[in-house]
Amino acid sequence: MTFAITVDGRSVPVVPGQTIGAALHAAGIRSWRATRFGARPRGLFCGIGVCFDCLISVNGRAPERACLVEAAPGDEVTTS
Amino acid sequence: MTDVVTDEARAGEGVTYDLVVVGGGPAGVAGALTAALAGLRVALVDSSARLGGQYFRHTAVPARAPGLDRFLRQARALSDRAEVLSRHQVWSVTREPDGDLLVHANSPEGGAVAVRGRRLLIATGAYDRPLPFPGWDLPGVLTAGGAQALLKGNGVVAGRRVVVSGTGPFLLPVATGLAAAGAKVLGVYEAGGGLGLARHPLLALGKAGEAAGYAVSLARHRVPYLTRHAVVEAHGEREVEAVTVARLGRRWNVLATRIVECDTVAVGYGFVPQIDLGVQLGCATRHDVDGSPILETDAAQRTTVPMVWAAGEPTGVGGWRLAEIEGRIAGRSIIAHRRAPGAGVEVAAGEVAGVLARRRDRWRAFGAALQQAYPVEPGWQGWLRDDTLVCRCEEVPLARIREAQELGATDARSIKLLARPGMGWCQGRICGYAVACLAGEPQQPPRRPIAQPVTLGALSDTDTPHDSAH
Amino acid sequence: MSDVIVVGAGVVGAACAYYAARAGLDVTVIDRGPVAGGTTGSGEGNVLVSDKEPGPELELAVLSNRLWRTLAGHGGFEFEAKGGLVVAETSEIQRRLVDLAAKQDVEHAVVPAGALRDYEPHLAPGLAGGVFYPQDAQVQPMLAAATLLKHGADKYGRGTLRLRLGVGVTGFIRSGERVTGVRTTHGDVLGGAVVNAAGTWGGEVAALAGVRLPVLPRRGFILVTEPLSEPLIRHKVYTAAYVTNVASDSAGLETSAVVEGTVAGTVLIGASRERVGFDRTTSVPVLARLAGQAVALFPVLRGVRVIRSYCGFRPYCPDHLPVIGADPRVPGLYHACGHEGAGIGLAPATGHLLAQVLSGARPDLDLSPFRPDRFPEEAS
Repeated sequence: MTFAITVDGRSVPVVPGQTIGAALHAAGIRSWRATRFGARPRGLFCGIGVCFDCLISVNGRAPERACLVEAAPGDEVTTS
Repeated sequence: MTDVVTDEARAGEGVTYDLVVVGGGPAGVAGALTAALAGLRVALVDSSARLGGQYFRHTAVPARAPGLDRFLRQARALSDRAEVLSRHQVWSVTREPDGDLLVHANSPEGGAVAVRGRRLLIATGAYDRPLPFPGWDLPGVLTAGGAQALLKGNGVVAGRRVVVSGTGPFLLPVATGLAAAGAKVLGVYEAGGGLGLARHPLLALGKAGEAAGYAVSLARHRVPYLTRHAVVEAHGEREVEAVTVARLGRRWNVLATRIVECDTVAVGYGFVPQIDLGVQLGCATRHDVDGSPILETDAAQRTTVPMVWAAGEPTGVGGWRLAEIEGRIAGRSIIAHRRAPGAGVEVAAGEVAGVLARRRDRWRAFGAALQQAYPVEPGWQGWLRDDTLVCRCEEVPLARIREAQELGATDARSIKLLARPGMGWCQGRICGYAVACLAGEPQQPPRRPIAQPVTLGALSDTDTPHDSAH
Repeated sequence: MSDVIVVGAGVVGAACAYYAARAGLDVTVIDRGPVAGGTTGSGEGNVLVSDKEPGPELELAVLSNRLWRTLAGHGGFEFEAKGGLVVAETSEIQRRLVDLAAKQDVEHAVVPAGALRDYEPHLAPGLAGGVFYPQDAQVQPMLAAATLLKHGADKYGRGTLRLRLGVGVTGFIRSGERVTGVRTTHGDVLGGAVVNAAGTWGGEVAALAGVRLPVLPRRGFILVTEPLSEPLIRHKVYTAAYVTNVASDSAGLETSAVVEGTVAGTVLIGASRERVGFDRTTSVPVLARLAGQAVALFPVLRGVRVIRSYCGFRPYCPDHLPVIGADPRVPGLYHACGHEGAGIGLAPATGHLLAQVLSGARPDLDLSPFRPDRFPEEAS
């Protein structure tokens, strides 16, 4: 019932309907971005598309909110 | 001229809906369905993949939850009768010269969509109101709503060892939900109250069943519920490893502290109604019981701007039952307006008289009482240190805000201009309340002419007339 | 009692106060809001010499450019000399740009079409060339204004620069013809001279003193993009149409592409001009036009997201020149307002020259083109 996405080359399982952010969080990946000035780690915070902390690049696209983007089989995610 | 004639005159250049609803939670779905059942041509635009808003957020295969079955039936009925645009982020609503409203949204593919309607229902809900504290930007610190969204929308338990903190009745379902899903909830730290769960305001307000349910659930999972306590600091290198829990005085000053080891924190200090679209259109606002700016509405859920209605949290935080009732009232008022566009307040109010209006007023009073029972006290400002980030986007620490104030920034706006809190991605949604408090003023209605990021390409494409989504 | 009362704590008022304090005068600055809460707070912080026709305003701009560098040397804010690149869509426009640059007599380099991308790698193909102005710069306007006030208060004497914020001026106090102070929402403030530095609201302050000053709001919108991890745009880049729009008298909407990267990583996009009073309602069609022009200039921006937008009201005078100097109609009243979109850039020179007038020195530049009574008495 699950499919996989890759995060920096590593395979992460996804239950259909889950967001990228939820799948990462569930896999124990809690931060995937560093802030511009202080290089502080960031992952999910508000979880509903308000705070933009969870920005992530999916399939080479410009950064999107991981908590809003539903994962699709084969998605490739890169963290920074 | 009736609306029907207007619609037909427009048929050639794309659809003009009788009603466009923004927001697919209980208020939006109730309003849209009420209008659609009466034969109105309705479009509903929502940012999520599935209707439900925050309260009825659900996984692709829905789990059981109170009220959810009924909501899902409504959502299905709506999908049969109206245009539902999911995963569309609305960034602006504008008025056309002929009075129609254009709802500008990003499509899931990132393109520009403009949905045209004669009337608008703003049902955009609310989001968690966090307070800053040292370490609050460590991964593993989530808003209470964020932890809830992970669970309800994704089936993901936010962590193994979880601390829940903040103020307000919402902490209870979050804690019991996490505990029931297998998390070890180390404690619910309610900054307010002082009376304990047995004297919880839900009881005083006649919600004995609900309060007792939470109490039983917390007891079954051995979750301590402590009032006048809060997480005042999070510790950790790359993510949260422990928190400082403080016993608080009446104004939330720290009396004593201890360390609790945990991997996850869920915090929430009430909610911020999402009123950006109403402010864009010039709707009058007022301050709610808790000081939040909300949209002014009349008995028929009309805002002060013609053809614009609002329902649910944007008119004052009061929970899903109130939201649904307000949505239904708005729907009825919109139906009445379409039948007799020239009719005055009396006709519209007459449509909503009786049982619905009475229920709304009761739930509204209940919402106000809860807000009153859980005020945010100013002592939280003492939890901050000079280097505590207040604005997470632009990484503005408290010290820079104090510097700006010393330089002559006497209000929240000039603090923003000088020190940049609120200038980043979230446009002050997260730090706005805190900055207003630090400036010593009530939170002002947000000015966000672009309510969601939109690509320059899509924005420039709105220059040319667009068809609706279909 | 102060020697000078400055009405307005925007960048121009701050510069007037700073230079007056430096000249040894006691100064009180009064503003109904916070520091830099009006047009200063809505500006991009342009310090430009490139967009001025030869003449008095350009002289003011060149002097100001030098003064800004000195002021930034005292710390508190950055003078970012990013340089301005004006680009031409056609060879005819390029010829006109080159002619203008020759007449301006400021430092510049003519950039042939083939060399444009050495300056801006992401510029659209097909442009006919441009002119680069290395002196064009940017300051953070709110920070610059606040810093000038702070330096003025800290450095010059005996706490002689006082700041009274949240205090609205409601009228003038006179002794005979002469202005001797202002009435405010918080009591009377007495002073030997009153400087009207109320920016877009300068006409209202002048009216309180019984004189006409035709300062009108000219609205502008700015788009702010997401912060980019790598800067796409290095300089301030604008099309030649900007220069004509600045100089235009039209009340209708005019837009031209002005695009620049900032240290915060965002890209700022302007510029629109329209006279619609103080209406803050966002016009999506105007934003769409700004976006379209920016994308035409830098196609790479098409996929970049706008995260916010704001508007401000430039203080516009019918002849596009600011009002600087003593008002011969009201002894004791001085003006320093009406700088339209150039107030940040022109502020230090304005303050410097006005302080010279206030302290009885001969100003470094001839102020007659800026005199307050130059407008015809009937409404224009």
